[in-house]
Amino acid sequence: MLDDVDRRRFLKQMSASLALAGLGGCTREPQEPILPYVAAPRGQVAGEPRFYATAVSHGGCALGILVETNMGRPTKVEGNPNHPASLGSTDVFAQAAVLDLWDPDRSQAVTYRGEISTWDAFAAALQRRLRTLAQRRGEGLRILTETVTSPTLAAQLAALPGRFPKAQWHQYDPVNRDPAYEGTRRAFGVPLETLHRFDRARCVLSLDADFLGSGGARVRAARDFVQFRSESAAAANRLYAVASTPSLTSAFADHALPLRATDIERVARHIAQRLGVTVAAPDAVEGVAASWLDACVDDLKGNRGAALVVAGDTQPPFVHALAHAMNAALGNAGSTVAYVDPIVADASNQHESLRALASDMRAGTVDTLVVIGGNPAYCAPADVRFAEALEKVPMTVRMGLYDDETSARCQWHLPAAHFLEAWSDARTYDGSVTIVQPVIAPLYAGRSPHELVCLLVEGVTRSGYDLVREQWQSKLGGDFELGWKTALRDGVVAGTAFAEREAALRADALADDSPSAPGAAGAAMSSAAQSTDSGPLELIFVADASVWDGRHANNAWLQELPRPLTKLTWDNAALLSPALARRRGLANGDVVQIEHRGVRVEAPVWILPGHADGAVSVSLGYGRTRAGRVGDRHGFDAYALRTADAAWLARDIAVRKTGKTHRFATTQHHHAMAGRDLVRTTTRAAFRRDPRSAVEPAAARGTLYAPFEYRGYKWGMAIDLGACIGCNACTIACQAENNIPTVGKEEVARGREMHWIRVDRYYEGPPDAPRTHFQPVPCMQCQRAPCEVVCPVEASVHDSEGINVQVYNRCVGTRFCSNNCPYKVRRFNFFQYSDEATESLKAGRNPEVTVRMRGVMEKCNYCLQRIANARIAADKQDRRIRDGEVVTACEAACPTRAITFGDLNDPASRVNARKASPLDYALLAELNTEPRTTYTAKLRNPNPDAGER
Amino acid sequence: MAGAAVTRNVDESRLPVLTGAYSYASISDKISDIVLVRPSHWGFYVAFALCTALTLLFAGAIAYLFYEGVGIWGIDIPVAWAFAITNFVWWVGIGHAGTFISAFLLLLRQKWRTSVNRFAEAMTIFAVAMAGLMPILHLGRPWFFYWLVPYPDIMNVWPQWRSPLVWDIFAIGTYIIVSIVFWYMGLIPDLATLRDRAEHRGKQIVYGIFALGWRGEARQWHRFDTAYLLLAGLATPLVISVHSVVSLDFSIGNTPGWHSTIFPPYFVAGALFSGFAMALTISIPLRAIFGLRDFITSRHLDNIAKIMLVCGLLVAYSYAIEIFMAFYSGDRFEEYMVINRMTGPYAPVYWAVVACNVVVPQALWFKRVRLSTLTLFAISIVVNVGMWLERFMIIVTSLHRDFLPSSWDMFYPTFWDWAILLGSLGMFGWLFLMFVRFLPAISISEMRKLVRERRDGET
Repeated sequence: MLDDVDRRRFLKQMSASLALAGLGGCTREPQEPILPYVAAPRGQVAGEPRFYATAVSHGGCALGILVETNMGRPTKVEGNPNHPASLGSTDVFAQAAVLDLWDPDRSQAVTYRGEISTWDAFAAALQRRLRTLAQRRGEGLRILTETVTSPTLAAQLAALPGRFPKAQWHQYDPVNRDPAYEGTRRAFGVPLETLHRFDRARCVLSLDADFLGSGGARVRAARDFVQFRSESAAAANRLYAVASTPSLTSAFADHALPLRATDIERVARHIAQRLGVTVAAPDAVEGVAASWLDACVDDLKGNRGAALVVAGDTQPPFVHALAHAMNAALGNAGSTVAYVDPIVADASNQHESLRALASDMRAGTVDTLVVIGGNPAYCAPADVRFAEALEKVPMTVRMGLYDDETSARCQWHLPAAHFLEAWSDARTYDGSVTIVQPVIAPLYAGRSPHELVCLLVEGVTRSGYDLVREQWQSKLGGDFELGWKTALRDGVVAGTAFAEREAALRADALADDSPSAPGAAGAAMSSAAQSTDSGPLELIFVADASVWDGRHANNAWLQELPRPLTKLTWDNAALLSPALARRRGLANGDVVQIEHRGVRVEAPVWILPGHADGAVSVSLGYGRTRAGRVGDRHGFDAYALRTADAAWLARDIAVRKTGKTHRFATTQHHHAMAGRDLVRTTTRAAFRRDPRSAVEPAAARGTLYAPFEYRGYKWGMAIDLGACIGCNACTIACQAENNIPTVGKEEVARGREMHWIRVDRYYEGPPDAPRTHFQPVPCMQCQRAPCEVVCPVEASVHDSEGINVQVYNRCVGTRFCSNNCPYKVRRFNFFQYSDEATESLKAGRNPEVTVRMRGVMEKCNYCLQRIANARIAADKQDRRIRDGEVVTACEAACPTRAITFGDLNDPASRVNARKASPLDYALLAELNTEPRTTYTAKLRNPNPDAGER
Repeated sequence: MAGAAVTRNVDESRLPVLTGAYSYASISDKISDIVLVRPSHWGFYVAFALCTALTLLFAGAIAYLFYEGVGIWGIDIPVAWAFAITNFVWWVGIGHAGTFISAFLLLLRQKWRTSVNRFAEAMTIFAVAMAGLMPILHLGRPWFFYWLVPYPDIMNVWPQWRSPLVWDIFAIGTYIIVSIVFWYMGLIPDLATLRDRAEHRGKQIVYGIFALGWRGEARQWHRFDTAYLLLAGLATPLVISVHSVVSLDFSIGNTPGWHSTIFPPYFVAGALFSGFAMALTISIPLRAIFGLRDFITSRHLDNIAKIMLVCGLLVAYSYAIEIFMAFYSGDRFEEYMVINRMTGPYAPVYWAVVACNVVVPQALWFKRVRLSTLTLFAISIVVNVGMWLERFMIIVTSLHRDFLPSSWDMFYPTFWDWAILLGSLGMFGWLFLMFVRFLPAISISEMRKLVRERRDGET
């Protein structure tokens, strides 16, 4: 990257690089025995990767993964097929975790007031403090963590009152599930976890819920939901989605309804009443077509016991309670909905907890604060004034991966070990536990939260390994060692999933509905049409699809990953509807000033088709100041506008145009298909009537040459557009697998992003409520490849198995191949994009893939290195490569199995089965390129009675 | 020369190709003095200073380019080619007029070519040199440019013969070799003249070496004329073939706006159009600065303008056919390409091309315009700009919106794009000015023949 580096940064970089230069040569496995995944070859063989089962947590919820290590270096993450949340697939955050590990900006030393110190010095200082505290029975000691699901950490924290009865533990995650737990508390009297079984639901109503794109179960939910509607499935599900901010879920819906977040409750009330729930409700909802509501209600009623209403985590508790009531009324509980105990160690309200902590800090009653993880100085709601409160605390300790905004304001900074470096455990959405085993010894001086809490509670330094083992010693029945090894190998501790609970709806669950009663407030908050040119708007906070709450800000893969719908990179934006933009005279990139309760923030605008009118959405996680070289100085800080009582939705905000403009870096500038049949769709009903309705068979064109006969393998790929939810997991998996460099915001803005597989997003229909289509586009591996004939130096050539390969060391960089590629999948190294200087980044690369230099063209090659590995394995056994033995990185990551790769010469291969579908078509077939990658037309399942919107 | 009388009679009804009273000696003096005596003129120094500055800019831009990579330009995906290839096609085109004048018109026995052929050939060589640089500069890894050339390497890897870029290597290579040989051949008698007239010992030696012992014997003249005619025969087809091959760089591609069979004749017409425009752009100041109005007369300018008009009409016809074929084909990608050119973000470029290459040259129908030096100069500049923009239009507007709307993007030139374009112009000018100072810009021996023929006509 060519960004400006000032002197301080340069020195920091240099020192980090030098420190790493020393470390690079001695990465090593942890000392304690860790166990390779069961399918991996026994014994370390040089050059052969090993896979270890562990888990990555997101918002506290675990996703089981297998980490590929090459000679001890973790390089790639795959899903763990044994894990209930993964089933072998991953998401973007899991894929990006490896880059976090190798990030040269991670904090590397204990610091005290900014000076480098040691763990021993800290332990001594802490012990002195704790002796005083012990005398006061722990009064004034507070611990602030992120959401905790780890049974070990929960047990450790539970032991805290034993030594310090008056100490308190607080939890805070800016993207938390407070409303969901409040909702179950309201509906059932106790906080509960709601499990949605999309594999059983024939009709789903989402009330601003993005179950495909967020939440701990999203990978599993996407798999279950999409498989239910596959072409071969006997019956398909239908999705109605009411959404304020367009999400992956609303983009995938058969019937999407853009609606302001405040209006969603009225729709929920209306539908609930018609489903037989006793609740005050409007007879009609202004701004919503009656036909939409009728179709939705009919479908829900017609699928009793197989319907499902899902409320979004950002919706108020009342809407959650309504969803529970609707599910109860439809008889879904026990079939499509199940309730289990919360997976979090403490389900109390996190915003309340943080507010209480901050007010105590300001009151001076907190004298020792230990912040483990998180980044509250940055991501606490503005009205909590956490950063300011920190200054009132006599002793502040912060453990974190980065020396960030919070660490800068704390006296002690302790480097945390990355989850791939430390022992831990974590629960997933259904309660199942994974033992998080490290795959590499800590690169720096990092330690785990378990070790820090042990130091606090027990006053001794013990290893995380001992702590976690001790926790499970009593829990794993039978032979502990065997159970332990099995748990490590499988990546799941058997039998830890929570049992379903009976949940009876309380009588007064929906009684207290005064705050937004339709009669009282209905007129005032009517539909969006009333929000006039200058009237107040509502402000919706959303977690960013890449940096989430800001924690991934320094991860260049995520920063450069185009957001699924906006296709923006390296930035957040104030998202608004085309209609609102028209009324306010706003264009993409215009900077507006957003004012909420006297706080003003300047934010650039991005117009998002399908956004609710009368509302503005801002994503969290930007405007970081101490994220690192990658994450600083991008976007604006939406936390400044956020208050604890309006964490997700702020009303009556003012938006004013400033006249300034901002340059965004987007990877897609045109959003309609320009009348070209690129993404082909049909409805399920039409497909049943005539399977050929979506795709007319392409006319075969003649050639003067005899076709080449592929006698050995003949690789091909099929991509099911009906299954693609647009989540980008394929893109980032490919980036990790193939050592694809990031280029930085300026270069993306110039159209030079490097992703080998991109996900095109097209809109169809009216911009205010369009249909959204996603189309992953890797290299098509044309059989008559236009790129090959124009390369003057034979750098773009065809191999005997039909793969169009790029010979990097032969490429001189004429770029003619890219000009001649109708799919524009070729990527060029305009500069030296691959970082060849930073040692730690070198260690994280896939050793089987060449790191490209400047001036050469590169592109997807069907993960040639994986084919080669499978070929070696097969050759050793003197057999053909079996179907499913070669799984490309994109295919492996895809949560919905939209991508299928295999041998077209194997009549039984899955890819042949997919290509036999009448929905199979080649992109731009009329160009006669004969692509090996083909698409399955998208099957939609709209209600035939609702009419097409 | 049996037809000499006929030709002369026809000539007399026209403007003269040589004015003023010149003898063998005086005409030799006049031309060789530019080289040997070097009369100073402020125009020369201004031009030289400007060209030197731009040449230095060119050198700096190339150095930075090699250091950083082609990313310093505004190119991206999908517009992976832009200024460098535009410059390449444009410069090759410029070269064509020189070959056309010296070879084509020689074979057609057009006497008026005599006084312009030498510098037109120099223009060809320098233009092709600039053109030849561009594809190398535009490579991602320019230090491996020789991989496009078939040479016996230890891995037995040859170029990929189906690629038009390899054909380019041969087309341009042939062109520059033939042009240099032809030019040098024509120079030999003049080099001998300079050798004989030079007073400085060093100059006598240098010109003497390159004059290859020319003594002006009848036998030598006989062989010279034969060889010169043969070389002209060799060079003439190149006028057609080189730009045809260059055009294949595009028409082999499948991009709408490139994939068209009309490209070879379309490009050749365009090349001559811009080449003759450049010939005017050079000859008008040249004759003013060095007082060569007697040799480069209104007759020459008039003839060049007429050829320009014809080429311009051919180019206009190609534009029309391109539009017609797009809609006649019914290919939606081609149709969109045409509509996008006319109304898309690069529409100003398209309409500027139409204005410069179709509308403005229509003024050349009028004799008054053709005889007005200043107007001609202005038109020649307009056509030069228009032809550069045409190549830019063909390359960039075709690439920026091809098949998948998701990949559509824009090209915006950076400072370094302009530096390469202006730098190459500067270096071209610099080379030309050096040529004028070191070699006779007008063929002395052929002018002597003209003097002789005029005298014969008078008697």
